Amino acid sequence: MINLRIDDTPVQAEPNSTILTAARAAGIRIPTLCHLDALRPVGACRLCLVEVRNWNGRLVPACATPVQEGLDVVANSDRLASLRRTILELLFAERNHICAFCVSNGHCELQDLATELGMDHVTFPYRFPALAVDASHAKFGIDHNRCVLCGRCVRACAEVEGAFTWGFAGRGVHTLVDADLGEPWGESETCTGCGKCVQACPTGALFEKGKATAEQVKRPALLADVTQRRPRA
Amino acid sequence: MPKIRLASVWLSGCSGCHMSFLDLDERLIELAGKAELVFSPIVDSKEYPADVDVVLVEGAVGNTEQRHLLEEIRAKTKILVAFGDCAVTGNVPSLRNPLLREEVLRTVYGEGDIPGLEEGDVPALLPQALPLHSVVKVDRFLPGCPPSADRIWRFVEGLLAGRRPELTGADLRFG
Repeated sequence: MINLRIDDTPVQAEPNSTILTAARAAGIRIPTLCHLDALRPVGACRLCLVEVRNWNGRLVPACATPVQEGLDVVANSDRLASLRRTILELLFAERNHICAFCVSNGHCELQDLATELGMDHVTFPYRFPALAVDASHAKFGIDHNRCVLCGRCVRACAEVEGAFTWGFAGRGVHTLVDADLGEPWGESETCTGCGKCVQACPTGALFEKGKATAEQVKRPALLADVTQRRPRA
Repeated sequence: MPKIRLASVWLSGCSGCHMSFLDLDERLIELAGKAELVFSPIVDSKEYPADVDVVLVEGAVGNTEQRHLLEEIRAKTKILVAFGDCAVTGNVPSLRNPLLREEVLRTVYGEGDIPGLEEGDVPALLPQALPLHSVVKVDRFLPGCPPSADRIWRFVEGLLAGRRPELTGADLRFG
């Protein structure tokens, strides 16, 4: 076992586990958005940033940083709260996250994070980009206005379903999640229609058709469940 | 103790926040004992008065008249509260923001004389509906679409008691 400290609490962790796993096992809450159990960590959203005292206060994503013997980690501090809130505000300012007008209102991880991190308004100017909704798929839709580019859909499709339908196109704020190199989702030849991407999506970017807002409850834990149940060689 | 001079204003919003305010029900009687409502959509006064202590501003800033009124409100008020999601984020009125102003107006009104396109009897529509804090300094934010009467009461109670109301947990929630 590896011995480390998180928020001045001595913690033991399995070798090859991450700071996030160790913190969770010790009951220490670190906010996450792009992380999903069963999917490979990518450290994309940066909301799980923690400070490592014996790395000169360096900030690292807890979800993607392996534990090491003797690490002294700060998971919760005023500095981290301020940084996480800034990151969250940037996510809100980047696209059109209009909670009252969203299919995921009341069941959204981004909305919940605003509550948890005490974000009462966004200090950055909103970009208000013109983004499309692709409703060409028979069962599902994708609304780029609500996408935070966490990549949970991309990883669920590749790593759990094995279809590799979703990918990223473009750069920076212009990045879009798209199916089969930009085909309308409904015309995708690789999509199996399994819906794992929809269950993995933390916001209203991927949604099920024919479901009202109150019914639009995602099941992100499904990804870990099916991975767990899968027969092993 | 002198009564607090309270105002409420309705900009680009659906009035849902004001409806929620009226849902305070019997608490309105308690409020009336502590505060005097000096300007509001439900009060018959045309001019925004001077020396207002607290104003609840509902709605985004959508046209030139609203921008002018908000600047006047700021100059005459001690504590300006962004009241509800439209005031805090732009919310539903900001759905038009990715679109061109002229296209929006022509789609709604067709060809010919378009009210709001130029400054006239109808104030000109701004290119985007904006949250209050992008136009003036805002002192407090009260999110929700609409904020529930209970949330409004917890917030107003704090204000009236001279505290800085800190909305936390479920009270600090958009949508």
